[in-house]
Amino acid sequence: MNINLTFLILTIIAALWSVMGRSLLKATIGLAATSALISILIFRLDSPLAAVFELSVCTGLITAVFVSTISLTKPLTHKEILQASKDRFKRYWYLPVILVVIGIALVLLKVRQDFIMAPVPALQQDVRDVLWNFRRLDILGQVIILLAGALGVVILFEENKRNER
Amino acid sequence: MNANSWQLFSTFGFFIILLFACGAYCLVVTRNMIRAIIGIELLIKAVTLLIILAGKITGRTSLAQGLVMTIIVIEVVIAATAAGIALWVFRHTDSLDVRSLRSLKG
Repeated sequence: MNINLTFLILTIIAALWSVMGRSLLKATIGLAATSALISILIFRLDSPLAAVFELSVCTGLITAVFVSTISLTKPLTHKEILQASKDRFKRYWYLPVILVVIGIALVLLKVRQDFIMAPVPALQQDVRDVLWNFRRLDILGQVIILLAGALGVVILFEENKRNER
Repeated sequence: MNANSWQLFSTFGFFIILLFACGAYCLVVTRNMIRAIIGIELLIKAVTLLIILAGKITGRTSLAQGLVMTIIVIEVVIAATAAGIALWVFRHTDSLDVRSLRSLKG
């Protein structure tokens, strides 16, 4: 339990870093760290396949997408950075305070432990069975969404090329 | 729910709510489009962790894993498309500020 707790605390710190960090690149690295820590937690919750998926796709692919997007944008000048950091401090210093308040409220809020869970029917224990037999429609949805996403990205980048000409 | 499951649920639930609050705050406060996408990502990650936790507690990890894979695929598509839109807006307005979108027609 202590290991889980350590990873959970590290996850929140990484999330805070990604939200409050000054540079976008550091924010992206913070998001990747959050994702990697969540992968470890998912693995510890007996879901290795989802953990591997999270680690490879969210930590790897999404970080690559963000870094390429940031590299294609113009960096701020020194004056703009100074102005932005002043604005950021004003807007973001509430976040740790809000988190502490929520934490205290959750600790004080005594949720009853004896709630009854709804009975669930028996289910195949193999992920492959679930994916290919029980949730067949999800696979179809995933394929459609992937195609739609790929098409959307292609159209957006095409538009950029056209504008450059 | 037995004592072990409750302890697991309460510990993870506490931090999942904090993670969700981080993402929601980022989404509400930020003016930068890329940071807004990061906020959405944090929200999705909190939900992902909650689904896996529910799967662990109810003993249906396989179903939870199947759902999480679907969520991750959708998450990637959202991130890629949103990043493309942010880049497109940057090329047009020379800024990643969401307020620059006010000048759009319609």
